[in-house]
Amino acid sequence: MHDRPRIYAGLLVFLGLITFPVWHNLRAGTSSKGPEPKLPVNAKQCVAPTSYMRTSHMDLLIAWRDQAVRSNNRSYAAFDGKTYNVSLTGTCLMQCHSAKADFCDRCHNYAGFTAYCWDCHVDPRQQVARSGR
Amino acid sequence: MIGRKTFLRLSGVSLLAVAGRKVIAALAGSPSTAASTVTRWAMVVDPVKCAKAAEGCTKCIDACHAAHNVPALTERRHEVKWIWEEPFDRAFPSQQTSYTEAVFHGKPLVVLCNHCNNPPCVRVCPTKATWRREDGLVMMDWHRCIGCRYCMAACPYGSRSFNWVDPRPNIRNLNADFPTRTKGVVEKCTFCEERLAKGRPPACVEACPEKALIFGNLEDPQSEVRSLLRSRYTMRRKPELGTQPEVFYII
Amino acid sequence: MFMFEKAVVGSRRYWIWVLCLFAVIGVGFLSYLRQLDTGLGITGLSRDVTWGLYIAQFTFFVGVAASAVMVVLPYYLHNYKAFGRITILGEFLAISAVTMCMLFIFVDMGQPRRVLNMLLYPSPNSVMFWDFISLGGYLALNVVIALVTLSAERKGVAPPGWIKPVIILSIPWAVSIHTVTAFLYNGLPGRHLWLTAILAPRFLASAFAAGPALLILLCMIVGRLMKSAPATEAIRALSLIVTYAMAINVFFILMEVFTAFYSQIPGHMEPFQYMFAGLEGRWALVPWMWTSGLLAVASLALLLVPAMRKNSKVLAVTCVMVFVSLWIDKGIGLIVGGFVPTPLGDITEYSPTWPEISITLAIWAVGCLMITVLYKIALSVRSDLAAPESQP
Repeated sequence: MHDRPRIYAGLLVFLGLITFPVWHNLRAGTSSKGPEPKLPVNAKQCVAPTSYMRTSHMDLLIAWRDQAVRSNNRSYAAFDGKTYNVSLTGTCLMQCHSAKADFCDRCHNYAGFTAYCWDCHVDPRQQVARSGR
Repeated sequence: MIGRKTFLRLSGVSLLAVAGRKVIAALAGSPSTAASTVTRWAMVVDPVKCAKAAEGCTKCIDACHAAHNVPALTERRHEVKWIWEEPFDRAFPSQQTSYTEAVFHGKPLVVLCNHCNNPPCVRVCPTKATWRREDGLVMMDWHRCIGCRYCMAACPYGSRSFNWVDPRPNIRNLNADFPTRTKGVVEKCTFCEERLAKGRPPACVEACPEKALIFGNLEDPQSEVRSLLRSRYTMRRKPELGTQPEVFYII
Repeated sequence: MFMFEKAVVGSRRYWIWVLCLFAVIGVGFLSYLRQLDTGLGITGLSRDVTWGLYIAQFTFFVGVAASAVMVVLPYYLHNYKAFGRITILGEFLAISAVTMCMLFIFVDMGQPRRVLNMLLYPSPNSVMFWDFISLGGYLALNVVIALVTLSAERKGVAPPGWIKPVIILSIPWAVSIHTVTAFLYNGLPGRHLWLTAILAPRFLASAFAAGPALLILLCMIVGRLMKSAPATEAIRALSLIVTYAMAINVFFILMEVFTAFYSQIPGHMEPFQYMFAGLEGRWALVPWMWTSGLLAVASLALLLVPAMRKNSKVLAVTCVMVFVSLWIDKGIGLIVGGFVPTPLGDITEYSPTWPEISITLAIWAVGCLMITVLYKIALSVRSDLAAPESQP
């Protein structure tokens, strides 16, 4: 009987905590609109079908990584017959996604994901002051 | 109609037979690829030619470290080096006496990873982040290295360096064509495998003004390294350890 | 099932001790965050001395963990009844020690986020892979054994039959964890202090001296705290084990010294010269090694005299001497000494930095905390069984 105030108070605190994501985002004015990556201008065709790239580009990168480093094979035959040189900086960045901040980073920042690839691989456009972590 | 027990017994025996066959096949080993290796990279160092270079010449070291974004760290205990100079008695300990010292004085030797054919560092790596490639190179995979430094303890030549701190602030001129490493991984000379993939010699070999570093394929009887080994007396560092180093020093 | 509720009830003294341990852990944790940010460069390690305090502690505590076999073997294989009450203490000590070992390896890694690579890319050619497997297995074994036997004791029944083969398995497994740890070192061609077949027997001998010595001290502390009768016969038997093991260990070290100095091979002699006399003017380890040596000889002398061994006050001091001597010898001496001189003949000295020490102390505190909690559980179970009316 006498615990009622404590119980109600506890319930209120709990509700406040559990709805934190909602009211915090409302206050910060974050919109519900998703990331809007700007498509690259100098390359029209992805190395793999666009739907695959959207879902599984990391699988492709890991396959490229193991292929280049462990199998000494730096040539990738794409689905449309074109061959690409396997290189994160040389091909991915310089050939297609040179405007990394407008494309790659838009979705990555939205999802709160930090790629630590760039701790080692060089992004020539950026001032390389210090690795991320 | 077989009973349940008989069926289970038969299945068990069949499974054992299948597994047994696979085990025997695995133990018998894959068809020997070692015998059919077409390439075996090696390097010959000519200290006499090296000594002819200008006083304090470090062109091979500078070329290597520039090409591979090797950091220049001031604290000696954190230094990272892929190729460097050592006095004779450090490169070949226990060889020098006080009587023979004068001949080697002031003529350092260039030392680097020996890319051994029987490398202890490869044997101890728990993740295969370093492995011996078919063509003789002892490779590094900086994506996989966990930084345990077991390979550094295993190397009898002190060829390996560890990134104790973030290397990037200490890289003088970043080469955008080659990645850097991150802190917490081990690195060493890779015989410029990225240049070999394009048919070019290693950076140190190309940079030497006296052509004192000779690189080539031991399996090719016409190569310069083979003819040098045939015609000159050479020695390798600590061969008694069974590591079979592939860097030869002309005596 | 884990009976943790026993660990959250305790006296004022208990809670002050636990809070102190948490404070030490907290400070060390902050240092570790700094190490994650800066890299292992904040330690005293260098390109020439690549393993130091962390790996030294790992090596030493694998030995302490293996020493549980010294109580399990006599009791379960030879029915030595006196050890019946302390097998659980030995097993809990093993669990705490193995956890400390794993933590020491973890903080020593350059890329700890990639630790699972050891399981994703298993490399049976690497002794470190087998060390990982054997330590993990030993931890699992001891957790299962301790849980099952303590639960059975609490319920007042005999433990289930299937636990017996598991316990028997833990005996060779204990020997194997320390043998594998020795194999980490004694298969490396370039490190002449370590390249000796006697390293694994030496590790086992020093483990079976240091571990039971610590166990004797813990039993004495437990006896004082619980105000119960000391397990005199068990402690007597353990002290005999410490005596023999310490004698064998000292003998093995003298064997090493003979081989090094009679053969006159520089590679063999130089690490000993560095550790006991200094080399090229560098002598940082010399005071440590002589302390270890003198403590070893003095403790052995005391242990060999039955009257001294049976005197619990003298035995307590002797056990501390044994523990410290072996901690220095196996930890600092062996690991750092192995890197001096370097394969190129350089002498690079090593001394740990304060962040390194605070992380090490934090892991020690984790071990102490685990022993405190686990022993509290075991002893609470026993005291509940002994005097059920005195429960609140």
